[in-house]
Amino acid sequence: MIIPRVPVQHRRLLPDRRLSGPTPWVIAILMMLTLLAAAAGVGLARSANAIGAAIAGRVTVQIVTANPVTRAEQAAALRRAAAAQPFVLSARSVEPEELQATLGQWFGAAEGDDPVLKSLPLPALVDIDFVGEDRTDPMRQLEALVAREAPGARIIPHAEWLGPVARLIRSLAWIAGGMVVLMTLASAAVVIMTARAALATHFPTIEMLHMIGATDRQITRLFQRRIAIDTAYGIALGTVVAAAILLLIGLQWSGVTAGLAATASLGPAGWALLLALPLLAIALAALTARQTLLAALKKIL
Amino acid sequence: MTDASSARPGGAMVEFDGVGLRYGPDAEVLSDISFNLQPGSFYFLTGASGAGKTSLLKMLYLAQRPSRGIVRLFGEDLVAMPRHRLPGFRRRIGVVFQDFRLIPHLSARDNIALPLRIAGVSEEDLSGPVGEMLSWIGLGDRADARPATLSGGEQQRVAIARAVIARPQLLVADEPTGNVDPEMAMRLLGLFEALNRLGTTVVVATHDIHLISRIENAQMMRLEKGRLSDPTGALRYPPANRA
Repeated sequence: MIIPRVPVQHRRLLPDRRLSGPTPWVIAILMMLTLLAAAAGVGLARSANAIGAAIAGRVTVQIVTANPVTRAEQAAALRRAAAAQPFVLSARSVEPEELQATLGQWFGAAEGDDPVLKSLPLPALVDIDFVGEDRTDPMRQLEALVAREAPGARIIPHAEWLGPVARLIRSLAWIAGGMVVLMTLASAAVVIMTARAALATHFPTIEMLHMIGATDRQITRLFQRRIAIDTAYGIALGTVVAAAILLLIGLQWSGVTAGLAATASLGPAGWALLLALPLLAIALAALTARQTLLAALKKIL
Repeated sequence: MTDASSARPGGAMVEFDGVGLRYGPDAEVLSDISFNLQPGSFYFLTGASGAGKTSLLKMLYLAQRPSRGIVRLFGEDLVAMPRHRLPGFRRRIGVVFQDFRLIPHLSARDNIALPLRIAGVSEEDLSGPVGEMLSWIGLGDRADARPATLSGGEQQRVAIARAVIARPQLLVADEPTGNVDPEMAMRLLGLFEALNRLGTTVVVATHDIHLISRIENAQMMRLEKGRLSDPTGALRYPPANRA
């Protein structure tokens, strides 16, 4: 049992000074940081996975033929030919309006009504998704196809330019995971120090209890219960604060729909993990307290 | 292995044989201590301050293992006894500490009830004996008082009540009358004597030579510089039951 049952009369053996020490507050801060780091880690990991999945088998063929009519014909021919290949999952021509809208974000005319923007010579783009994640063979076949249908066009694998970003995000997720582990260890250290401090403070009581025949188990349950409850208060407080922060970030994040930011979310498994963390923390604290107390009591005859 | 419920039939309740005790690398504070305590007997342990009385009592109430020698209690070898078995033996021993060792945040009633609660006695069953004990030591109206609000003598009485409430087989008292007036000292000694008549073996460490003459058939052990002498010849060592 995480918080052991102790008869009411036995509970009085320790003076009631709940939340008066620093332990619940330190645990609350550590729990809050742990949850925020865990949320960041889960969000970043999901984002990296989403980007990785999106870019693994995707290339864009960039046709830069000067004549706009020929350019459009080459693009259409390439799209048709690619779509007919067994190694191609889908092929899509990027519409000029879509290109202009994208460029408009950078040139300051997002609606695409800017005559200067409209006068720019834009390349024709064809997005192609391969079947499966193995790019080597399909790439060779696509190169032959592009040489035939749109000579001089460039093939741009998305993994080449977005891969480093995905790797960076994945690294950040690992760092966040590492922070969760470190803060969990720090929390365990706080519990160990609390247990030892409690033993030192109440040593005369413990010695007396030993002398009248109390077992290590009886004494341990008494302290374990107190430490588990104090820790649970801290964990609950930290969880509430972290939940409020995550809710606030979530509300702001929901307004972000562009680019990589839109791929970051916690998902059901992420939320389940965040909900499980406080319970795991209470269990870890109780177990740590129990082992620390038993080890310390064994040093007394 | 099971706990012996009492001393071996016809045997001693406590046997010390060639016991020595040292703290760390220092010289022995107790040397070559050998004696037997018979069930139902009353013993006084005397000696000057620093003679080793408290150290000897500590071994009796299982707060200290000897550095050498053999200690048997209730027929069991305590030196080799695993630690987890000690609480069962401690519940059969009542201890009155020189410095009382009352738990400061508990009332007099709760301090006295402690051994019964630790032994798992229900609240229903312990309220009667605890109330009687409080009345007997004259603190019936101060049952809810905390130790800090009690006088030294009152604290001493609570400590004694706590030691005897569970009717121990062996009662060990370290200067139990040091903080009480002569009248209360005689009453407390009377309690020890009454327990002794009911079969409890009593060992009282005291400086008060007058107390010793008050108990009929009491036997005396005297410690001098860590060694035991037997001025009354009552300890009968080597014991008759040894080969």
